[in-house]
Amino acid sequence: MSDIHVEAFRVEAKELLADLELSLLELEKDTENEELISKIFRALHTIKGSGGMFGFDDIAMFTHDIETCYNLVRDHKLTVTKELIDLTLQARDHIQQMLFAQDEETVDAERTAYLLENFRRIVQGFSAIEEERTPVQIKKDSTSTSSLFMVKFFPEAHIFNSGTNLLPLLEELRELGSAVIKCDSEKIRTLSELDVESNALGWYVLVNTTQRIESIKDVFIFVEDDCEIKIEELKVSNSDLVWEHISRYFDNLLDTIKDFSFSEFKLRIESEAQKYVPDLVSAQKKRKEPSEAKHETESASSIRVSAEKLDELVNLVGELVTIQARLNQTALSKNDAQLIAISEEVERLTWDLRDSALNIRMLPIGTTFSKFTRLVRDLSQELGKDIEMTTEGAETELDKTVIEKLNDPLIHIIRNSIDHGIETPEQRRKAGKPEKGTIHLQAAHSAGNVLVQIKDDGAGINKQAVVKKAIQNGLITEDQTLTDHEVYNLMFLPGFSTAKTVTNVSGRGVGMDVVKRAIESLRGSIEVDSVEGVGTTISLKLPLTLAIIDGLLVQVEDNSFVLPLSSVSECIELTQNNRANAHGRNIVKLRGEIVPYIDLREFFTISGNHPEIEQVVIADIAGMRVGFVVDRVIGQHQTVLKTLGKMYRDIEGISGATILGDGSVALILDTLKLASMAEHLEKNLLEAI
Amino acid sequence: MAKKILTVDDSASVRQMVAFTLRDAGYEVSEACDGEDGLQKASGDHFHLVITDLNMPRMDGITLIRNLRANPNYKFTPIIMLTTESQETKKAEGKSAGATGWIVKPFKPEQLVAVTKKVIG
Repeated sequence: MSDIHVEAFRVEAKELLADLELSLLELEKDTENEELISKIFRALHTIKGSGGMFGFDDIAMFTHDIETCYNLVRDHKLTVTKELIDLTLQARDHIQQMLFAQDEETVDAERTAYLLENFRRIVQGFSAIEEERTPVQIKKDSTSTSSLFMVKFFPEAHIFNSGTNLLPLLEELRELGSAVIKCDSEKIRTLSELDVESNALGWYVLVNTTQRIESIKDVFIFVEDDCEIKIEELKVSNSDLVWEHISRYFDNLLDTIKDFSFSEFKLRIESEAQKYVPDLVSAQKKRKEPSEAKHETESASSIRVSAEKLDELVNLVGELVTIQARLNQTALSKNDAQLIAISEEVERLTWDLRDSALNIRMLPIGTTFSKFTRLVRDLSQELGKDIEMTTEGAETELDKTVIEKLNDPLIHIIRNSIDHGIETPEQRRKAGKPEKGTIHLQAAHSAGNVLVQIKDDGAGINKQAVVKKAIQNGLITEDQTLTDHEVYNLMFLPGFSTAKTVTNVSGRGVGMDVVKRAIESLRGSIEVDSVEGVGTTISLKLPLTLAIIDGLLVQVEDNSFVLPLSSVSECIELTQNNRANAHGRNIVKLRGEIVPYIDLREFFTISGNHPEIEQVVIADIAGMRVGFVVDRVIGQHQTVLKTLGKMYRDIEGISGATILGDGSVALILDTLKLASMAEHLEKNLLEAI
Repeated sequence: MAKKILTVDDSASVRQMVAFTLRDAGYEVSEACDGEDGLQKASGDHFHLVITDLNMPRMDGITLIRNLRANPNYKFTPIIMLTTESQETKKAEGKSAGATGWIVKPFKPEQLVAVTKKVIG
């Protein structure tokens, strides 16, 4: 502290002390004068506050008790007595002494103690009122090793009303060490509903720091009352070693899963770190022992490559496929035989390259299956059931990302089977079944897709119960008659759960609708089949990969769309005559069967007239046929998927976009969604008739 | 451009110390000697941060905070209050009046700079 400040304080304190003296003398004559009391309190308060700041710690400490005393007077808890005034005047003189005695003589410590004792005696009995709180501490109490902390920081909507700026807080977290900050913007409304003065964002932050948890808590000290804040240390040793890996993992994890609880995130990161450490250690070992490493490379039939490198490769192949399509188009338009020959060769190579690149990412689904054996064992024991799990087709290969994202839905389905499906041993005995229940997991390839089935030999689904529940929940009306298929589909509606009681095994507030959404986000489909008393089969149809799909390129006017080829079964023509015969309903006859269709021109309100002959692309969706009316069918197209931006993500009926050979954009249709829309439209029309 | 800070305190030495420290840290600082003075100076200019004491003659810190929050220009401006450790209830009162944060007196210059950085970067 520089001398000018100290001098300024001395001058000010002297004035204050003079004021104090005057006020005290006046107060003696008029003991109830509140204005005087506040003035005295303020003077003491300032002396104390400033004293501490300018190095007069003894004055600050001494004045503290006197101030406390006058605070009580101000709050009418203590009355002014002659004794108090006498004492205060003495204290005033003492403070003045302390103020100027500092450098030369030592302060009379005995007198200090004597005065303080007297003040404390007066205050006694009130001292419990205020317990001091530790002030803001900007200390750097660091430990030598770093640890990982996970922070959930969700400020309330009104946070800005207290003038809080959130960015410096996040910046502060970053300065503690290394941090990955992920923003959760799910709550942001559309522009018309947006309230710019309230906060809709939240953050998850992973911090690797040598500081203690208190330092992280200090960051939020001003806002802790207005935010949902959770800070927890992760049980991860060697956090510096795994940081690079874990930070990336954290980044991806939050991108893929949104509706996870804090503790679940935490567990995942911890287990990932645990998994990673042995790999790391063995890798280090290899480096240390070159002779052994050499030996290994000679005999090894496989090498370890990081998943990121593979993603990069698939991305590049994706770009290559796009460029190749362009080359093909250019070659055809130039009508140059030589160029066309080259282009065709490049095309063949590109496809081969694509297949093998995707193939590298394939993993056998068995790794996931084996995890469930344990789950089934633990859960069945918990519920007092005897259940055995069998698997088939564990060697079936699926894209790594698909397998990863499949994990949670599968867990959910299996939990459901164990909890609601398979009966207790007594019930099973009564029903004449073997006491031991079975859950059978099966995977197999089927025409460009992978079919995963979860079969149990439990009680099956009680259709009446499902319908009753749906009516109760207002999902359907009583007079509706539904096919079996439609009944089972009810279970996938949000907010539907037939479980009688909520158990900690399955009924945790997440229904089958979450499973369905997860599967659909993988561009797969889910189907339920059940026979009451015999068992339930849930079938998941999944694409082999997410990066590139075979699509059917179609056009309406000059707008291009891509339909996933896997769901397309055939194309037929639609004439104006056919339309007239349908009497305004969107249906077409296909070999005697009536098929509803969506007119893409109408659906996307594309201007222009219907051509004389249109095309209907018939797609097989969730066991149902649906047509899509377009102007022209261009043909098969290697579609490199690009996801839509955040603002367009929720548009129904569109799952993504792709770039065509000529650089223009084609939207990829979400046939499943469109089909259910068509179903509704048709139903509404029928009801109207 | 340097961010502007208004320090409101009836103690000249505290004001001087706050101003000196923050100027040193690269901010532009104006001073006001009580709530009323502070409110007047704040209305005539725009500050990025207001640091105010709570116990002041004429207009106290809580009233100043309320008045500032009622002014659209200061609706979202960070306001830091200076409190002493014996004012836990005051702290809560200040928060509900709209204060962004607090510094407990006595404080060291580096604490002041740290808190300033925390709220206005």
